Amino acid sequence: MKRLTPRAVALAVAAPVGALVFAALVCVVILLITGHSPADTVEAMISSAKRPRTSVIALNNATNYYLAAVAVAIGFRMNLFNIGVDGQYRLAAMLSAALAGASFMEGLPSFLRIAMTMIAAMLVGALWAGLAGFLKVTRGVSEVISTIMLNAIATALVAFLLNPRRLAILEGNDIRTPPITEGGWVPNIPYPGTNSEIHGLILVAALVGFLYWFVLARTRFGFELRATGLSESAAVASGVSVKKMVFLSMLLSGAVAGLVGMPELLGGAHAYSLNFPPGIGFIGIAVALLGRNHPLGIAFAAVLWGVLDASSNGLDVAGVPKEIVVIMQGVIVLSVVVAYELVRRYRVRLEQREVGRALGTTKPLEEVSA
Amino acid sequence: MSTESASPANAVELTGITKRFPGVIANADVNIAVRPGTVHAIVGENGAGKSTLMKILYGMQRPDEGTIAVDGAVVEFHSPADAIKAGIGMVHQHFMLADNLTVLENVVLGSEPRSRGGLDFATARAKILDISSNYGLGVEPDRLVDELGVGERQRVEILKVLYRGARTLILDEPTAVLVPQEVDELFGNLRELKAEGLTILFISHKLDEVLSVADDITVVRRGTTVASVRPGDVTARQLAELMVGSALPVPELRDSTVTDEAVLDVAGLTVRTGDGRIVLDDLSFTIHAGEVLGIAGVEGNGQAELVEALMGIRSPSAGTLTLGGKVINRMSTKHRREAGMAYIPEDRHRQGLLLEASLWENRILGHQTRRPNVRGPLLDIGGARADTQRIVDEYDVRTPSIEVAATALSGGNQQKLIVGREMSGDPVVLLASHPTRGVDVGAQAAIWEHIRRARANRLAVLMISADLDELIGMSDRLAVILRGRLVSYFDPKAVTPQELGSAMTGATGEAER
Repeated sequence: MKRLTPRAVALAVAAPVGALVFAALVCVVILLITGHSPADTVEAMISSAKRPRTSVIALNNATNYYLAAVAVAIGFRMNLFNIGVDGQYRLAAMLSAALAGASFMEGLPSFLRIAMTMIAAMLVGALWAGLAGFLKVTRGVSEVISTIMLNAIATALVAFLLNPRRLAILEGNDIRTPPITEGGWVPNIPYPGTNSEIHGLILVAALVGFLYWFVLARTRFGFELRATGLSESAAVASGVSVKKMVFLSMLLSGAVAGLVGMPELLGGAHAYSLNFPPGIGFIGIAVALLGRNHPLGIAFAAVLWGVLDASSNGLDVAGVPKEIVVIMQGVIVLSVVVAYELVRRYRVRLEQREVGRALGTTKPLEEVSA
Repeated sequence: MSTESASPANAVELTGITKRFPGVIANADVNIAVRPGTVHAIVGENGAGKSTLMKILYGMQRPDEGTIAVDGAVVEFHSPADAIKAGIGMVHQHFMLADNLTVLENVVLGSEPRSRGGLDFATARAKILDISSNYGLGVEPDRLVDELGVGERQRVEILKVLYRGARTLILDEPTAVLVPQEVDELFGNLRELKAEGLTILFISHKLDEVLSVADDITVVRRGTTVASVRPGDVTARQLAELMVGSALPVPELRDSTVTDEAVLDVAGLTVRTGDGRIVLDDLSFTIHAGEVLGIAGVEGNGQAELVEALMGIRSPSAGTLTLGGKVINRMSTKHRREAGMAYIPEDRHRQGLLLEASLWENRILGHQTRRPNVRGPLLDIGGARADTQRIVDEYDVRTPSIEVAATALSGGNQQKLIVGREMSGDPVVLLASHPTRGVDVGAQAAIWEHIRRARANRLAVLMISADLDELIGMSDRLAVILRGRLVSYFDPKAVTPQELGSAMTGATGEAER
């Protein structure tokens, strides 16, 4: 796509770094106002982040966030706002957990069990997102509205199905799907200095990131998707079926969303229970924004989010409310959106000026000063 | 200072103005003398340096060299406020009015009349009405700007400048946003202003307008003044040639290349809008290989719907479209393109380009199923880049690189890129909507030449244009579209623009049927 000149890299980095610095300053001010020491806070977070266990938790969080953010980013590239990643991954995790824990799966080879679980999750996610896509294409329903509603429906559906009379079992005080036996687990990666392990499915997240890049940058389908996102009218005039693209990209987004719960399900909890981590879909929106829908940018953003979340646990010890991290994340998202737009405009003007300079015309200069 | 002792000092005199930007000279040794009480036009192509010059005169930019004299006295402007104090006012091309304020409030905004601590609207209203009636502007001070049409808003802008005491008005492309009747009204206003002794600097590149309203004309080319003429002494063509610095290209076709092989056949094409209104009514025509069919018509008579129906963007409610003997009614846009239909859209920003994507990505657009852009389902980025470079070279697209975003190019170069792209892949029929709209004459000549060459290679062309000279010169046959119907045909060799014009408005078209 764009060539990697030093200036292009500097411009790409300027916005997120600027937003981070701004968010840090806002947090310092809030800490000072509430009578906490910023230095102590930073120290507590750093000492927490240094612990190997925190690193593992951060990476595992980041894996989930990354998958959710890629799911959101697929929509973003088409100007589609899939807010429904949250409902998609929870429903997908719940149903695929029920499948993976079913007794008939026991006899199957491990690889097949894992593959079946993940494919089931992707199908459920795609189906749930596809409903929104179908409504948009056939009835013109805004995907923002329909995915929000589908989130609520997914919550109710999961609560309905997660019942001992249906897909769940009662274990002590906890209601969960039948636990997956060891043959259906994905092996984890040990990390020196801690018992906690990195989810093996982090590799799947990396693969998804690579495929996301490859499909968008290197395939005809990806080109048509990007073209639709950049200018729907130009895409239509160029023979792109926008309805087909909307439906397909919602299916893809939902399929990736279906994978969001898999690292936790197959590498950690081994069952879907009331304690299954919620809200990852919404974090994915923030991470996709911060990562500028770019596979590497999203990776950095996901790791940052994971580290912030994981190290916030050390704050309670230092007597600082850990909600300061949530404030910081919120400010980052708000400021990064502004910063990206500023950088985008600057980049366009810079390029126009350069073209003008190279050709010796005055037109771009007039536009700049206008 | 004026050399004619009998006449008073020039209202504005620019001497030896030079303005450099990093790497570019925007203005070099500009000399303009504006006589008081005249309309003085500054003409030049897009990018010739007109706007920079006016910004210097209005104090928005400072010249590196040269002097500005107002009424004979040398002045130095540090900001527009200085220029306003010296009696120079500017009416911008894009209006700067607050919609939800009244005319009165907009006019006084920034120079509010005060009395005893409050705002003195009564005095302001009286002053506005006074100015309005003196110069025949017909401005009602208490109307909301939101309710005003474009022409009225422009008069409010003019009044705003007069209210601040301007004796010299700069109008930057004032007719760009107006319809013909409004242009006439504006020119009427300008004559009244002139009669009251005001001086007007009129920036434009529409030569017929300049010739009708200006007393003096200064031609700017490549940042410098190349000629000062009186409208009576030049024709529009001579003026255009001064602007470009070379002989103007003439739209004309040489020998007929029309064959009897029908390429695109349209029979009974009818298109309705979503609410059932008929926008194309039973259209039938055939275009042959090597033939250019020109469609003349006032905009909004169904031209846009016609090309969109032909491209498969809009579905017709009746009629048969045949391309090379095959009915294409049910073909998608993509398949029509693959079958050899090429499309130069009317609005290149909306339908022709991905503005924020690179030139080579724009080369792929619309050709994303064909070599050299793709291999199977994968993009062939190397092939697309190489072919983009070919287009840039062959079609003289002025760009430093094929990596820059399309939005960085000037309109003419964007259009040349589109034409180059659409001519790639051996099209059999080209739908060209206003192929040279908004491009400079150099690019215009190049685009015409490419169409001529493709026509000699048996391309069938449907050309829609608002430029009657272009239509008459470039068509083998001419049809006039009026209210969604083809009302008359003309032989371009025999027709005059006047005849065509009256057919377009329905004056003669109906009679011929």
